[in-house]
Amino acid sequence: MNWISRTRPFRLLLTLSLLALALPAAASLGGDATSVQSDASQMKAQLRVTQKQSYAVHEIQTESGATVREYVSPSGKVFGVSWQGPVLPDMRQVLGAYYSRLTNASPNRRPQGPITINEPGLVLQSSGHMRVYTGKAYIPQMLPEGVRPDAIQ
Amino acid sequence: MRSSKHPFCLRTAGLVAVLSLLAFALACGSNHGSLGSGGGGGNNNQVIAGPGPNVVTLTVDPGPANLVNPYTNGSFVSANICLPGTNTCQTVDHLLVDTGSFGLRLMSNTNGGALTLSLPQVKDSNNNPIGECIQFIDNSFLWGPVVTADVQLSNEIAHTLPVHVVGDTNFNTVPASCSSNGTGIDRDTLEQLGANGILGVGGVQYDCGSACVSGSTIPTPVYYSCPGSTCNSSFLPLTSQVQNPVALFATDNNGVILELPSVSASGAPSISGSLVFGIGTQSNNALGSASVLTLDNRLDLTTTYKGTPYPNSFVDSGSNGLFFLDSTTTGMPICTQATSFYCPSSTTNFSATNNGQNATTTTVNFSIANAQSLNGNNVAFNDLGGPQSGAFDWGLPFFMGRNVFVSIAGKTVTSQTTPFVAY
Repeated sequence: MNWISRTRPFRLLLTLSLLALALPAAASLGGDATSVQSDASQMKAQLRVTQKQSYAVHEIQTESGATVREYVSPSGKVFGVSWQGPVLPDMRQVLGAYYSRLTNASPNRRPQGPITINEPGLVLQSSGHMRVYTGKAYIPQMLPEGVRPDAIQ
Repeated sequence: MRSSKHPFCLRTAGLVAVLSLLAFALACGSNHGSLGSGGGGGNNNQVIAGPGPNVVTLTVDPGPANLVNPYTNGSFVSANICLPGTNTCQTVDHLLVDTGSFGLRLMSNTNGGALTLSLPQVKDSNNNPIGECIQFIDNSFLWGPVVTADVQLSNEIAHTLPVHVVGDTNFNTVPASCSSNGTGIDRDTLEQLGANGILGVGGVQYDCGSACVSGSTIPTPVYYSCPGSTCNSSFLPLTSQVQNPVALFATDNNGVILELPSVSASGAPSISGSLVFGIGTQSNNALGSASVLTLDNRLDLTTTYKGTPYPNSFVDSGSNGLFFLDSTTTGMPICTQATSFYCPSSTTNFSATNNGQNATTTTVNFSIANAQSLNGNNVAFNDLGGPQSGAFDWGLPFFMGRNVFVSIAGKTVTSQTTPFVAY
């Protein structure tokens, strides 16, 4: 693979097509970015990594038609995720240990409005309508220093 | 607990079709006023259409008779469902009118819904039955076969309309990609869905569109081909896709108008108005002085609040509140017992402006009450609200006291660019 030489200190854009490579490219919320070599084949079609000053954004276009972004700290932890598209991605893979917080948010009836969780250990929003699903989740304590929640888009 | 129903309210399935027009004229369980040609109305010179060939009664009430947990802020109509090309029909009541989705979904009686008719299955080019999965934002789902039916609302008929039947226990088991290997909640029951079906009359014709016809990836989970006991994710031609019934009417097919009267701050146990078909096609569906906001390709408009624009905002009668922004921006705390709603200490007034892709700008004034203090005997509230990060979801409260036009992309409305919302 060819790495684009680093000419600008604060932003480095890598474009990789990873259909065949089991590169550690994505992980679940709260997990290690390097922990999902086993998941790489399930979710990935294309990966794009954008390096910011304090974190990296791994953007994945899934085979099913959704787009997922994973926000990775310098230590390799996924502190935030976002998703959007005409279908939901595999939310078990995106949210990992936090998946049941999404599925349990509306136990008695289908959601009739956006889902919002706002806790010290988890902030999660899931919303949208047919053909347009959108959402994000992050762990406040895991935000790298200087990174604000609105960085997760 | 449940409001009593009008004694003449027609709820029995299987009434012959000739009575169906009467059923639409009787406002079941409502407190609708005169049903004369002028109709009732809210303030701001709102005129609600009376009965007519392109009008059905639109009611906000607690939901189907067998529903245990009342439905808050849902608007419902009845429709006549027939085997295509026949007079073998049944009336299905309490279809949720949803401008945020596209297509008709009917709950089978095998799981508590009203549909008893066995409708012909849609098949792919290999003669395999088609199934469809719809996921909600919490990864729950609806699953069932795609069938065809003649669907009649007042005098409007959609012939051989592809329809999604859900909760049909005789159909294939839900595929793993739809149920997320059994971890998503199955909403294929009356209590979980809250209605006998969903009438999706939003701004596009097909519930999936060209992405589900062909391409490099098959959108999943949407349509499935079921050659045997296993269903596989599949492309599906447009003509077979579940679609907005209004688009297939012979006339009055370019959109709908939801016309609901206003309510007081304490809400109401039910209210009744009209769902009108067509925009600018009859004497009762002209745009008049309504402001037209052209939508983007996500069917979104821009809402500006305190100088900040939120371009992914939208109007959706299928949302049961006004969902906007967050505690910090609005100054309202989230309810402790219902974290999807706001609980200000007292009702708070807000003002925002909406604009579309065109130049039209409108100001919308609204109020948000403490959700946990609302009257538990009522189900229609114009002041129920909650958070929605970075956008405005103008749900059913927005529709109370104003006529809201929703046009269908690709259909013609004289002198207008579609899709749009107008009010």
